Amino acid sequence: MKKGFPNHPYIPNSVPEIEREMLDFIGLESLDDLHKNVPDALLFKGEMDIPEAFGSEYELRRHVEELFSGDGDCKKYLNFLGAGCWQHYVPAICDEINSRGEFLTAYGGEAYNELGRFQSQFEYQSMVAELVGMDVVNVPAIDWPQAAATTCAMAHRKTGRPQIVLPAILDPEKRAIIENFGRATIEFVTVDCTEDGQIDIEDLKKKVGPQTAGVYFENPNYLGVIETRGAEISRIAHEAGAESLVGVDPITLGVLATPPEYGADIVCGELQPLGIHMNYGGGLAGFMATRDEEAYVNEYPSRLFGIAPTVEPGEYGFGDVAYDRTSFGDLREGGKEYVGTQAALWGLTAGVYLATMGPVGMEEVGQTCMQNARYAVKKLNEIKGVRANSAGGLFFKEFLVDFTATGKTVSEVNDLLLSEGIFGGKDVSAEFPHLGQQALYCVTEIHTQRDIDRLANVLARILA
Amino acid sequence: MIQIGLIVNPVAGLGGSVGLKGTDGMVEEALRRGAEPLSNERATTALRGLLSLKDEAVICTGSGDLGETCARSLGFETQVLHETSGSTGAEDTRALAQKLALRGVDLILFAGGDGTAADVYEAIGEKHPVLGIPTGVKIYSPVYATTPAAAGELARLYLTGFRSELEQAEVLDIDEEQYRLGRVDVRLRGYLSVPQKNRLIQGRKAPSLLSEQAAADAIAAMVIRDMEPDVCYLIGAGTTTYRITERLGLAGTLIGVDLICNKQLIEADVYGSRILELAAGRPLKLVLTVTGGQGFLLGRGNQQLTPDVLKAVGKDNIIVIATQLKLASLGGRPLLLDTGSEETDRELSGYYKVIAGHNRYIAAKAE
Amino acid sequence: MKRIDRSKKVRTGFHQAKWDEPIIFELSTPGERGVSVPKANAAVAAAVGDGISDLPDHLKRKKRVNLPEISQNRVLRHYMRLSQMTLGADVNIEIGQGTCTMKYSPKVNEQLARLVADMHPLQDEDTVQGMLQMYYEMDLYMREISGLDKFTFQPGGGSQAIFLMASMVRGYFESIGEAEQRTEVITTLYSHPSDAAAPAVTGYDIVYVQPDPDTGLPDLEAFKAVCSEKTAAFMVANPEDTGLFNGHIKELVDYAHSVGALCCYDQANGNAVLGVARAKEAGFDMCHFNLHKTFSSPHGCSGPACGAAGVVEKLIPFLPVPSVEFDGKKYRLDCDAADEEYGVSKVRAFMGVAPVVLRAYCWIRMLGPNGLWQVTKTAVLNNNYLFKRMMSIPGISAYYEDGNNQRVEQCRYTMEQVTKDTGITSGDVQRRMMDFGMHFWTSHHPYYLPEPITLEPTESPSKKDIDEYVDTVAHIIQECYQTPDIVKTAPHRSTIHQVDERWMDDPDGWAITWKIYNRKYQ
Repeated sequence: MKKGFPNHPYIPNSVPEIEREMLDFIGLESLDDLHKNVPDALLFKGEMDIPEAFGSEYELRRHVEELFSGDGDCKKYLNFLGAGCWQHYVPAICDEINSRGEFLTAYGGEAYNELGRFQSQFEYQSMVAELVGMDVVNVPAIDWPQAAATTCAMAHRKTGRPQIVLPAILDPEKRAIIENFGRATIEFVTVDCTEDGQIDIEDLKKKVGPQTAGVYFENPNYLGVIETRGAEISRIAHEAGAESLVGVDPITLGVLATPPEYGADIVCGELQPLGIHMNYGGGLAGFMATRDEEAYVNEYPSRLFGIAPTVEPGEYGFGDVAYDRTSFGDLREGGKEYVGTQAALWGLTAGVYLATMGPVGMEEVGQTCMQNARYAVKKLNEIKGVRANSAGGLFFKEFLVDFTATGKTVSEVNDLLLSEGIFGGKDVSAEFPHLGQQALYCVTEIHTQRDIDRLANVLARILA
Repeated sequence: MIQIGLIVNPVAGLGGSVGLKGTDGMVEEALRRGAEPLSNERATTALRGLLSLKDEAVICTGSGDLGETCARSLGFETQVLHETSGSTGAEDTRALAQKLALRGVDLILFAGGDGTAADVYEAIGEKHPVLGIPTGVKIYSPVYATTPAAAGELARLYLTGFRSELEQAEVLDIDEEQYRLGRVDVRLRGYLSVPQKNRLIQGRKAPSLLSEQAAADAIAAMVIRDMEPDVCYLIGAGTTTYRITERLGLAGTLIGVDLICNKQLIEADVYGSRILELAAGRPLKLVLTVTGGQGFLLGRGNQQLTPDVLKAVGKDNIIVIATQLKLASLGGRPLLLDTGSEETDRELSGYYKVIAGHNRYIAAKAE
Repeated sequence: MKRIDRSKKVRTGFHQAKWDEPIIFELSTPGERGVSVPKANAAVAAAVGDGISDLPDHLKRKKRVNLPEISQNRVLRHYMRLSQMTLGADVNIEIGQGTCTMKYSPKVNEQLARLVADMHPLQDEDTVQGMLQMYYEMDLYMREISGLDKFTFQPGGGSQAIFLMASMVRGYFESIGEAEQRTEVITTLYSHPSDAAAPAVTGYDIVYVQPDPDTGLPDLEAFKAVCSEKTAAFMVANPEDTGLFNGHIKELVDYAHSVGALCCYDQANGNAVLGVARAKEAGFDMCHFNLHKTFSSPHGCSGPACGAAGVVEKLIPFLPVPSVEFDGKKYRLDCDAADEEYGVSKVRAFMGVAPVVLRAYCWIRMLGPNGLWQVTKTAVLNNNYLFKRMMSIPGISAYYEDGNNQRVEQCRYTMEQVTKDTGITSGDVQRRMMDFGMHFWTSHHPYYLPEPITLEPTESPSKKDIDEYVDTVAHIIQECYQTPDIVKTAPHRSTIHQVDERWMDDPDGWAITWKIYNRKYQ
């Protein structure tokens, strides 16, 4: 007979008297009888080797706080890491709203009793649509890589063609996710990048043809480079009958051109910079966006909330749009991919962020990122042996720093920086060996001049 | 002005209250047993659901018990398109139906049973929107709403634009003689267009199923994808199977059996020995779907697929197709085989991997 | 002054907050600002310019982005009102969202989860030893709970965990040269739709086994008829949505193994069997748990979440990376653990959703082995108590009921009789339940059972809570017979009235964003 846990604060009916009352009402002897239909062979008769429960909430708290007390974070350290998860300022209102118990613990109610959830998702959809220059945006996907994978799948289903072109410069993790997701139906082809990190147009012309469903490229790309020839890339894709698929960091779009302006058909990206804490990589949420055309809307695997009137004149509510989605072309799918719990709370947060920042705020944050990043590049280039923004092109908040000439590896440099309380940029020397000892640095609006000067001074000292 | 057609079959449902199953040919007996005609009452109940439209609607119907009495009793503006002589019958139903279709009314409501539905179908086919108000004993044809009130409600939703999709529903014929002897002998007579009854309520965590139409398209695409060259395919009756011939652009039949080879139509509406003649030594496969509410794969009503034909096909060459929704309506009960030959029934029984969608199969037992 | 009268069992006075709150764009006033943004200081600006004007024209945003301009307190008020119009689990007796396992999410876990808010996933391992230890220990706990040999927390949700399992199945068969032959995955109609949809994405054909019409369990004979050398995996939940535990599950698993297939256990409904029955004893090769269900992390309007997936030893090389290893002194991230050619390597970025994993960790630590067992026992006790009370409401019944089989975690009821008598459907009752501050779920599609109701109390409600829920259902069923109109036209005391969904499927009429709405409707 296993021991239970009477009077547990999370289990109201673990009060022995109530438990007894309920068992009697049902007509059972003991708790064991509740699983009488589980055959003996399937019953777990042992004990789980898990620590006994803490005696109090206080002890739990102490344990966890102590467990993490030795850990560093980007408040304790000066952080220059990016590469798919970035440090931006999170306005207090964002945390205030996404920790409201009503939003935090809601799930799948209807548009009546969870009107707030539907409306806040609709508003987030609407604001991101304005930001990226599209008409339709989905309820958030798990992360940008998933959104990119789905974007490729959407292009494939819409065109009926088997090939997707991916850029050579792409986060290897993202590539792995995209390729695993599309394996059953898509053939991935890689297009080269030029010295300055952008898509090699001549190579693209060779790689795009009648089998191409879409060309996927990112702006800025994984190494921070701004793609200046987006219009050309889209044109090449369109001429071959393929879709132009663009992945973006939305926090750039207060100042940078929106992808539809250079021919994008499907836009995807990462919501994390928009008011969501990094959470050790847990704060990610992907989005997809398209024009309001039936052929695109019907390809979304996710829920799409739409506004609708109610039977009461003058009142409006929400519902699911095109819930019964068919595929076009000859690929009659039995349903689009799979749908489940993803990252809706972060979508809500992104909406709060955009509403709070407003158009001026989005311009300002974009501008500050660019100014700070340029300043960092300037200061780092003053250090002997260091080449900041080694690719030489335009960048937003991330850029490569080449340490090859210093004689030290990125790993060594980062270790030394760590002992000085600084997280150096991501070591990409293993991912792109031909680039040498390079690191990907990220500078945003949260870096002050003093922060950047400190980095430069410490590096100068380390590398002297 | 909304034009609503109304056909009441005054003797439908007579038999049930006095222990007779069905009324065809039994009217005198039923009346003798003291049955009260209920159709008018049921039709009135249905029309109550449309009272909110009274000011903008006109009911086009037949005289007296054919519908006029019922419509006027509720104060609707009424137009009589067809006069009846006295004791009404199937002829009146058919004549009135034709006139209503010609008039182009927005929806034809008819109160009756399976027989009435068959009469309406005979008269106007499946081009015109109709909806059945149930009054008969047990009704098999899904062209009927579940209750008279439900019929009124659905009609209202349809006429006010809240529910605009139509679906094809089976018109099923029961041999009432057989039924009284305890045997359900269902024959598919045809299809009528009715307002979509089950609007799929949105699930939350997972996408909804495709509509029946979209699902049938997906299934048809699968069958066509897997069609082998120089193999003859018999396409059985039903809307799901009909999608196959439609997709191939062939002039097949909805309720007959069609023969296809190399994606060309060999002959439509074929029977028994003719099938074997046309197949002429080539391998023969049969595509079947489930018809009728009981889940018949092959019923006694099916005459085209004789035991000889079925023997020539063999169980392994039978491709069963059905949408998930269709199978769900059977609640997991087995598919039924009643070909008339016990031996054939035995040979064809067992499990089938029913094609239910794109790369989706459902294991179903046929017995 | 008289004593307050608490004799009413049903909350007839409830009215949900109804703010008629405009869409956020409608609150915009040019010039209002919600927050001030850091700017580059003068020295930086002097050194590098304004950062934008020297960009080529075609790279600059042409028109200022059309976002609302609202001062901070007005943004706050707007969202606070929306939150008041959202019936989260914190606010109501969460019994009505069957299969979602809407249990209490302890607030201390929320506060502790904040500890990791500002950690970057690529920080040096030395700075995240506490984090890695937490992941490591969670792996050990999940192994104990399931009996399997190693877990990953990378998937960001249950469906993604199922997708991962299907991907690992594919990888495994590729590694032994049987991938070409094994093209099918078998699942059941009462398992979650993702148990079919996710393997389909992986490229498998899906074969469903139907429920036996009498027992409601997947039919063994049917299973054997379709399980063959073409089968890659059997993917199933147990208990399924009906709440019935399939005692024959091992026979199905054994048969699948006999033809060389793998077996994957969807334990999203794991709340039913913690400490009672494990994946291991049933013979499963893989399983997954939803940390945002059984393990209490809040649902967040539908994410963020975590689908923890576990495997037996021979499948460990196919798990995604990095995994967390411990050498006795330090915790390490191992990116080389996976089979290079056939391993899945990644389904989600970085290490999955750390705060969700941390919340689950805290929850487990406050329960321990005895508490986990108590959770399951009380959840099942609650469900059976609920069941007995529900079944005594005239018109409510449950399919597959033989008087002896018990529902474990949840149950699918039917109100078919009520619908036959009154024409009122479970969808109508769902809307009327909202007038009393409650949820009420029907079922996934297709409905195998007409007019379904699926309820799951979990271990969180008290006996009184369950009574209030059942009394409310009984009250509304009575209304179906006596005052049906009020049910048909519900909701009346919610945030809005019935939505007119005509335009939801009409491409010319739908409006997925405010932008489209303004374009289409002047």
